[in-house]
Amino acid sequence: MAVCIAVIAKENYPLYIRSTPTEDELKFHYMVHTSLDVVDEKISAMGKALVDQRELYLGLLYPTEDYKVYGYVTNSKVKFVMVVDSSNTALRDNEIRSMFRKLHNSYTDVMCNPFYNPGDRIQSRAFDNMVTSMMIQVC
Amino acid sequence: MEGLTLSDAEQKYYSDLFSYCDIESTKKVVVNGRVLELFRAAQLPNDVVLQIMELCGATRLGYFGRSQFYIALKLVAVAQSGFPLRVESINTVKDLPLPRFVASKNEQESRHTASYSSDSESQGSYSGVIPPPPGRGQVKKGPGSHDVVQPRPSADQQEPASPVVSPQQSPPTSPHTWRKHSRHPSGGNSERPLTGPGPFWSPFGDAQPGSSAGDAVWSGHSPPPPQENWVSFADTPPTSTLLTMHPASVQDQTTVRTVASATTANEIRRQSSSCDDPWKITDEQRQYYVNQFTTIQPDLNGFIPGSAAKEFFTKSKLPILELSHIWELSDFDKDGALTLDEFCAAFHLVVARKNGYDLPEKLPESLMPKLIDLEDSADVGDQPGEVGYSGSPAEAPPSKSPSMPSLNQTWPELNQSSEQWETFSERSSSSQTLTQFDSNIAPADPDTAIVHPVPIRMTPSKIHMQEMELKRTSSDHTNPTSPLLVKTSDLSEESKINSSVKFPSGNTVADGYSSSDSFPSDPEQIGSSVTRQRSHSGASPDNTAPPPPPPRPQPSHSRSSSLDMNRTFAVTTGQQQAGVVAHPPAVPPRPQPSQAPGPSVHRPVDADGLITHTSTSPQQIPEQPNFADFSQFEVFAASNVTEEQDSEAEKHPEVLPAEKASDPAGSLRVAQTDGKIEEKTAASVPANVSKGTTPLAPPPKPVRRRLKSEDELRPDVDEHTQKTGVLAAVLAPQPSIPRSVGKDKKAIQASIRRNKETNTVLARLNSELQQQLKDVLEERISLEVQLEQLRPFSHL
Repeated sequence: MAVCIAVIAKENYPLYIRSTPTEDELKFHYMVHTSLDVVDEKISAMGKALVDQRELYLGLLYPTEDYKVYGYVTNSKVKFVMVVDSSNTALRDNEIRSMFRKLHNSYTDVMCNPFYNPGDRIQSRAFDNMVTSMMIQVC
Repeated sequence: MEGLTLSDAEQKYYSDLFSYCDIESTKKVVVNGRVLELFRAAQLPNDVVLQIMELCGATRLGYFGRSQFYIALKLVAVAQSGFPLRVESINTVKDLPLPRFVASKNEQESRHTASYSSDSESQGSYSGVIPPPPGRGQVKKGPGSHDVVQPRPSADQQEPASPVVSPQQSPPTSPHTWRKHSRHPSGGNSERPLTGPGPFWSPFGDAQPGSSAGDAVWSGHSPPPPQENWVSFADTPPTSTLLTMHPASVQDQTTVRTVASATTANEIRRQSSSCDDPWKITDEQRQYYVNQFTTIQPDLNGFIPGSAAKEFFTKSKLPILELSHIWELSDFDKDGALTLDEFCAAFHLVVARKNGYDLPEKLPESLMPKLIDLEDSADVGDQPGEVGYSGSPAEAPPSKSPSMPSLNQTWPELNQSSEQWETFSERSSSSQTLTQFDSNIAPADPDTAIVHPVPIRMTPSKIHMQEMELKRTSSDHTNPTSPLLVKTSDLSEESKINSSVKFPSGNTVADGYSSSDSFPSDPEQIGSSVTRQRSHSGASPDNTAPPPPPPRPQPSHSRSSSLDMNRTFAVTTGQQQAGVVAHPPAVPPRPQPSQAPGPSVHRPVDADGLITHTSTSPQQIPEQPNFADFSQFEVFAASNVTEEQDSEAEKHPEVLPAEKASDPAGSLRVAQTDGKIEEKTAASVPANVSKGTTPLAPPPKPVRRRLKSEDELRPDVDEHTQKTGVLAAVLAPQPSIPRSVGKDKKAIQASIRRNKETNTVLARLNSELQQQLKDVLEERISLEVQLEQLRPFSHL
């Protein structure tokens, strides 16, 4: 259902970014970049002394007229950003959460691979397949 | 030369052609002879060929590098499609068909191009993985029969091995042998006697024995030459093991041949099925893999951690990306470690990759780690399922069904282990509920330490914990999904176990406390291993219980007991005090059994007085080491008794506890401050004695106790002598206090006093725990600060 999915490292550089190729990809890249500020704001606002209680799912970061941007951050400050088409009104919050959970699981699997150096771009085919499955649903 | 963009099919085709031409296995430069042969096969006029060579820059460079070769191939395609040959045309002409190299390769190549473009034929696609040219030699030799196509892929499998392997072998002999081998299965003739493989063996010597074994192995398995690669790859030539296998493989060969010669159709089918299952691991290979596994990890049931595996596989000099993909495929349970099966699968994939196979997208069934020991049955089951399976290694094995039964069979075991995991988590969670203070301790068991509330111990679970640890190490690879499978089926069992445990522990609280200390540390282990499962499987934390609270450190508790009690004992041994302040650990009922006979015994004896009481006190001290020395009480009681000869014996037991409780404390307090305590003790003594003022006694006690709580912690050996003098002074006024209290009131007051003492004890305990909590929190904060400092990039 997503139009664009991005994985951002703690230092705010992208580890993985993928969008549906039919669209103008640069626009999505830019949206993801701007969403990072919102993510940072949400993290810092919440996690002062209650890091443990901070919710991983950040929810809707900001809406534009065409798209909505959702965010999710892990405990190691790796951020997942998902851009979703606004016309897809059937998408509920739970579904977004489950998509992020799948993303997180796949990301964990990538991490488990000893040949993956944290900080590298994610080139795992399994991760690609999972992301593709999430994006293909849009069509 | 300008950049060349190739489609995927083109890329594949070109790289295959390149590796075909690259007989010297340099991977950089192609032998000119082969290239020219190839171009001639393209059925282009010579001048066009020359033009192509010029355009791609080979004539300039004098050799064909990879880029030149590719450009040349593209130009061949351009030429074959009829476009003018120009440098720009390599990129501008879109949708070019693949260059066709016909000539002597005839239908082989056309089949190949057809296969590449269509990519649908099973055999074609399979052989498409392998450079087609090896078939050329065969075609020259024999008719381009359909049969040859099938054995050719097997030949092809070995062909890439030779270029890839470091030149330890004699490559020129390989084509001959391949051809021989290929002919052997076709038609089922046993034309090729053992002599075929015989000379094959000798030229290759040590490093090649695997190939010969591979000859027989062909029919069954695909990458026999990996054994050659093992020599270069793994730094440990498996020569000895493989050499010994020669006789066996020869035997196999003959048997295979005789079987194969039964029917051609069978032979072909077997070939196709074996060709279609290139991922099967032969026994020799498996043995080798197991040996390699043991060099890293001696325990065959254990794991190889990710880092060790990374080092090991990096030696194979495959690109990291491919190794990463291999890891993804082979780490079945995604735990970052390889079990024996996973390791064999990974090794097999590495070997296959080195031989030129493309990595599959999904793990082939035959490489799936067998979660339970189904290998034989699973393999047997796989074989029939794979006949006619379009099993190009580049394509994912489509049929998962043969493997599903094996997987399904693993679920029960997973379930079992998950149940056990579940029981663990249940246990750990129930342990939390069980860490409650057994409030029945005080009255029920006066002999045990009542000071600290004792969490209930759970001995059986400790044993369980050890079992679970063992199980976890042995079957961890089955566990990844176990938290996901967690069911609360064993909850009832657990509660039963817990309840049964409760009862015995209720009686033996003293050692129950010590064991409960060790218990919480185990659930932490388990909690962490459960957490580990949780984390790598990505399951939500809801399935497992949160880790149990950290164990309550005993020293802190014993502090309240040992420090006070010990001091009390040390201080008060042999001393008599009219202490009336309630003693923290003192519980009035306790002294009853021992004290009741005491006064009655000593009542008639006045002369003995102190001496007899002191004699009884040593008895009590061993019995109740945590408690105050009751000798003071006895003295007090004796002194009181001596005053009143009335038959208030029955009152004494009730009074005595209270007095006893207060006495040791009073002794302490006397030691602390001289006049103040004496006054208070004097005041409280009458308060204790007289029913009217009894209620006043408790209030001053807590006050005083808090004041003195820190003081009591300090050792004061020197004050013993002080106390002795003070005691005497205090005792002096006591006898003069009248004791005219009603029995009932005394009893009530005593019980009130008791309860108040218990309350104060608990309050004190609480304050100590709070203090500890504060300390721990401070530590935590300091650790967090350190962590933040250590993180260079953190800006949040």
